[in-house]
Amino acid sequence: MNIIKQDHKPDHHTGERSRRIQYLSPAVDVETTQEGYLIRAEMPGVDKSGLEITVENGELTIVGHRQDVRLPGDVVYREITRNDFRRVYELGPEIDASKISARIDQGLLTLSLPKAEKMKPHKISVE
Amino acid sequence: MNIVRYQRYPQNDFSFAFDRLANVHEELDRMFESTLGSTFRQFGTLNRWTPAVDVYQDKDQFTVVAEVPGLKKEEIEISLHGDMLTISGERKAQQKEGEQGFRSERFFGKFQRSLTLPSLVNPEKVKASYQDGLLQVVLPKAEEAKPKQIPVSLS
Repeated sequence: MNIIKQDHKPDHHTGERSRRIQYLSPAVDVETTQEGYLIRAEMPGVDKSGLEITVENGELTIVGHRQDVRLPGDVVYREITRNDFRRVYELGPEIDASKISARIDQGLLTLSLPKAEKMKPHKISVE
Repeated sequence: MNIVRYQRYPQNDFSFAFDRLANVHEELDRMFESTLGSTFRQFGTLNRWTPAVDVYQDKDQFTVVAEVPGLKKEEIEISLHGDMLTISGERKAQQKEGEQGFRSERFFGKFQRSLTLPSLVNPEKVKASYQDGLLQVVLPKAEEAKPKQIPVSLS
């Protein structure tokens, strides 16, 4: 499978070091289906308004900004990293970028990446 | 305060070693963004996950936050035994017919996390909510555990 390659070194070569933000890489499952690909990314603390999904130059970028939740009192114990999420995928030519759809439910982002019609396998009937 | 990572099965040295190994692999996974460790997670005792938690406290209450994305409300269980809070549940695999895993980093199956609270709470008044994949449990302190101001009068 050649489609989705991943870049996990964001902004490394662009000289943006000074304003680079530490992102967290979300846990992701990628599934292949008849129609294309299905990406499920875990982004707890992110709601619809905190999502930024962009396709540019054949790259799909998923950014999830966490909501700023203020809780009463002081922290006694901390394990949760409050950084925003980011992940970049290179899209294969068979994916129809205009048909990518996304939804988020309880911090789980589901992205559907359908293949372009002409790229789908089809049967050729013999006359 | 004492928070113990919950162990679902009694541990022997062997499984402990394997757990350590799985943890190392998880870290490697994160470093290299590969799925080396998935093989190790297949084994029974390793096939559980523990969500990350934060604990907050003010003078009246504790607030526990756990990261459990992608669940339904009904799939989460919260229980309290004395000062021990347990959050548990199960995440069912979502893969549907015709789907083929290409890359999997997410955990499925049972999870459980227990933590001992620094003081007693009022079990009647514990409240929980689940939003954006974050479980929030608010536990008001028991009356006797609250700090008391003792007025001193000068004569």
